[in-house]
Order: sequence, then structure tokens, then C-alpha cells
Amino acid sequence: MCDNSEKTIIQSKKLNLYYGENHALKDIDIEIPVNRITALIGPSGCGKSTFLKTLNRMNDLVPGVKIDGQVLYRGEDIYGREVDVTSLRRQIGMVFQKANPFPMSIYDNIAYGPRTHGIRSRARLDEIVERSLRDAAIWEEVKDRLNKSALGLSGGQQQRICIARALAVEPQVLLMDESTSALDPISTSKIEELAMELKNRYTVIMVTHNMQQALRISDYTAFFLLGELVEFGDTQTMFSKPGDKRTEAYITGRFG
Amino acid sequence: MDREQMSICCGLSRRRRAYDLSMRSLLYASAAVICALLVFLIGYILFRGIPHLSWQFLSSEESVIKGIEGILPALINTLYVVIATLIIVLPLGVGSAIYLTEYASNRKLVSAIEFATETLAGMPSIIFALVGVIVFCEFAGLGTSLLAGAFSLVMMTLPTIIRTTQESLKTVPQSYREGSLALGGGKWHMVRTVVLPSSVDGIVTGCILAVGRIVGESAVLMFTAGMGMRLAKYGHSFGQFFENLFDSSGATLTVALYNYAKERADFESAFAVAVVLLAIAFVINIAAKLAGSKLKKH
Ligand SMILES: Nc1ncnc2c1ncn2[C@@H]1O[C@H](COP(=O)(O)OP(=O)(O)O)[C@@H](O)[C@H]1O
Ligand SMILES: [Mg+2]
Repeated sequence: MCDNSEKTIIQSKKLNLYYGENHALKDIDIEIPVNRITALIGPSGCGKSTFLKTLNRMNDLVPGVKIDGQVLYRGEDIYGREVDVTSLRRQIGMVFQKANPFPMSIYDNIAYGPRTHGIRSRARLDEIVERSLRDAAIWEEVKDRLNKSALGLSGGQQQRICIARALAVEPQVLLMDESTSALDPISTSKIEELAMELKNRYTVIMVTHNMQQALRISDYTAFFLLGELVEFGDTQTMFSKPGDKRTEAYITGRFG
Repeated sequence: MDREQMSICCGLSRRRRAYDLSMRSLLYASAAVICALLVFLIGYILFRGIPHLSWQFLSSEESVIKGIEGILPALINTLYVVIATLIIVLPLGVGSAIYLTEYASNRKLVSAIEFATETLAGMPSIIFALVGVIVFCEFAGLGTSLLAGAFSLVMMTLPTIIRTTQESLKTVPQSYREGSLALGGGKWHMVRTVVLPSSVDGIVTGCILAVGRIVGESAVLMFTAGMGMRLAKYGHSFGQFFENLFDSSGATLTVALYNYAKERADFESAFAVAVVLLAIAFVINIAAKLAGSKLKKH
């Protein structure tokens, strides 16, 4: 669907997902290019979060969920039998809509992932914590209070702590589910800048309900409607010459 | 129209004010009665018990020949029963609660088990005494012993521990769990590093309340742990502790109180024991409050 020169990192093939009787994703075929920002847009309830969560198998936690089709990560089916969900989630990190730092110190929040994966050396952890906080553009703000609770930070800072926490395990892909929707404009623009910097090293897939945001920072956009992928392509092209009437109606604000 | 409505309003509010006033005085009156009762009760126990309380009373074993009165064995038995019960009930209760809230996927089974624990929690303790005698003393061959008493109390306190632990696990936000799993943590890792630390205050509070129930229980222990006022041997070693659990039987503080009051009509000693129990209850309540507020680190 997208430019042939791009390398694909995640691909879904005839992906269908059911929450009990509710058919939440219908035949999704998509190829997500590596080291780009891909935005998922669409009215609420159309399955954006659901799709995002199929990519790191967070849907496994929902009772009664049924998944058909394939999701390939670097060519491997992540729903295959031999897949280790733990290492999959280490490669595909996630930042949630509402910042969810653990009730621990800032340091322990960032070190949580590396410790989970067996890193014990204090020196190594110090290094990882500093690098991750720098990458998430929050080092300067918190470097003097690493041992203070992360819950004492502002909403925007907490969200960047969560991004740093996700980066600390060195993922290949970062999933962001409306991660700026609860934040003020200044924090939002900080995180947007951050996402654009991160795409040199990571693939970012972000759900957003903010058209301007999708247009500002994403390279590719996928438009979902009622569980279907209506259109997927280069963001600039899609916003200037949408290929589908429903896409046009949505991005010009006629519904949603 | 407007004026009429207003007058209705005023009439209503006047009547309501009178109603309000009478209700409030009724509430104040009942609160006053309860306070008075409490003050009288505690005051009376202290008044009767304290004169008889002495270091010797607390620290010696009674001896008819030497003419010494003492509740040391009862104190030690109480300690034994509390420790033994907690050692058994904590892993069982906290473990079941973790299983029920974090692992079990069959909702129907979980609610059936939750219903059963609710029911057990409201059961009169004399029933646990009966079951304890048949199952632990006789069937399991423990005889009348501190251990049989502890096992019976495990049955009695298990529902409480399960329920309080479950309640505090349920207060842990789902977003913490998602955060941990999304970083690649396994389920047990998530429970151990995120869920348990954020619910430890509730677990400890439940545990302290269970200690309160154990210390205050008499029926179960009379039947299963015995009523003797002497402890054959009490050493300080770990091995001795286990040996005593199996071998000795005897009265805990509440049972000693019963012995003094009912068997010997020695009310002075009975009230002295009551003062000790009161002090323990006080300490337990303070501890539970502190645990609730201080253990939440963040
Ligand atoms: N955990 C769940 N259990 C059952 N149904 C769900 C669950 N999560 C989402 N859904 C349903 O799936 C559909 C898509 O939801 P979602 O992916 O959250 O949409 P979006 O993120 O685009 O707003 C909705 O109809 C929603 O009700
Ligand atoms: Mg959503």
C-alpha cells in the first residue's frame, strides 16, 4: 500500500478481532514502514486502540477475545505458537493514553524494565536511566530528584517518564495510544518533538484524534472506520488528496 | 402562584427544621450513651484489674505450693498460637487472594469461592471449634495441642485474610498492571514488583486485625488447645518452639480469663487478665491504623 522503497517492520494480513460477538477489526491489511511515524486516525470506537494492542499482544489480557489472521513483526507471526510474549513486548513498547508511572521513585520507574530483563549492575542501570531520561527530553527536569516519587510530577512530565520507561528496554517500535490527549499544549508539543526525534531510531505508531497532530508529525496515516482500514498512505497525500470520500469527510471535520 | 409555592416551601422547611433538630438530638443522645458505656466499661475493668496487676503476675507461672499467681504460660501460649496461626494462614490466604484476583479466569468459579469465603467469615466460631476437634485433634491425631488450636484458627481467620487481601489487590489501578506487562514483565513478576508493594498496607492491616481475632478468640481454643494453666517447658530455641506446638496444650489469655472467672471465681485475677487483653487490643488497633497510613510509601 505504501511506497515500495520503504522497508516494512510490522505487517498485518487479514487481521480480524472479535470481542465476543463484537467484530472490532475487519480484515486489516497494513504494512508499517520502519523508522517512520505512522498515525492511526478515526472516530472513537473504530478500533484504533484495539489494533494498536494487537501489535504487542496486550489484547491477550482481555477475556473472550478472538483473533484471526496474521501480524508479522520482521516477517515472524507474533501470534505463532513459539512466540515469547515477554520478548515481543520488549521489542514493541507501549505508552498509554493516561500516564501510568508506577508508585516508585523516578529512578526505579525507568530501571523497572531493564531489571525485569535481568540487568542488576548499578552502573549499567545508572547509565540506562540517564540515557532514557535524556532521550525522553526530561533529564534536565528530574536529574536532581531521581529518588523522589514519580507520582509527584506533573501530567506532562509523568507521560515523558512513561516514554523514558518504555525506551529503557531499547524497543524497536513504540506504540503510543493518544498519549498527548490528556496534556496541555506545551507538554503536547514537547512530546511531538520527541516523537519526531525518536523516529531516527525507532518506529513510532501513534493513535491520535487530533488531525493537526497527525498532519504535523506523521509520515504515514491510516484511517479507520467501524473496524475497517479505509485508507492508508503518505500523510501529505492523504490530507491533500484523500482517496476515499469517507476519509475526506473525516479529515475535513464533517463527522467524528 | 409564586407566593403560594413560597409559603409551602417555608412550611416544609419549618417542619423539616424541627424534624432535623429532633433527629440530631436523638443521634447525640445515642452517641453519648455509647461513650458513657465505653468509659464505664474500660474504667471498671481498669479499676478492678490494675490493683492486681504486677510484674510478678505477668512474669511467673502459678504455683500453689509457693503461693504464686501468674499468667506467664497464658501469655506464651497466646504468642505461640498467634505466631503459628499467622505462619500458616498468611501464605494460604494471601496466596488464594492473589490467585482469585490476578490469575483465575473463570468468573463464575471465582464468585462462588468469594461467596463461600463471605459465608465462612460470618460463621460463629464455636462451629470452627467443633470442626477443629474432629478434624485436627482427632482425625489428624494432634490431640489437644497448641498446634490443633492454631490450625482451627487458620480456618477461622482464612476468610478474613483472603477478603482483606482481595480488597486491597482490587484497589491497585489496572494501569499499573498494564504498564508492567507492556514492558515485558511476566505475570508473577508484575504481581511481585507492582501489585503487592502497592497493596501491602491493606494486607498488613488485615493481618493485624486477624491477630486481634486470634487473641480475642476463646471458644475455639478451649476445645482444641486446652485449658491448662501451666506450660511444661518453654525454651527459647526454634526447635523448642515446634516441640511445644505439638506437645503442649494450655490456656491462652482469654481462656485463662475464663478459668479464673468461671472455674475459680477469682475475679481479681480475671480482671487483671482483662486489663492485659485490653492493652493488647489497644496496641493492635493503633498498629492497624499506623499500617494503613504509613505503609503507603507514595
Ligand atoms: N476490552 C474490551 N472488551 C470488549 N469490547 C471492547 C474492549 N475494548 C474495546 N472494545 C470495543 O471495540 C471497539 C473498538 O474500540 P477501541 O479499539 O477502543 O476504539 P478506539 O480506540 O478507536 O476508540 C468498540 O466497539 C469497543 O466498544
Ligand atoms: Mg482508543
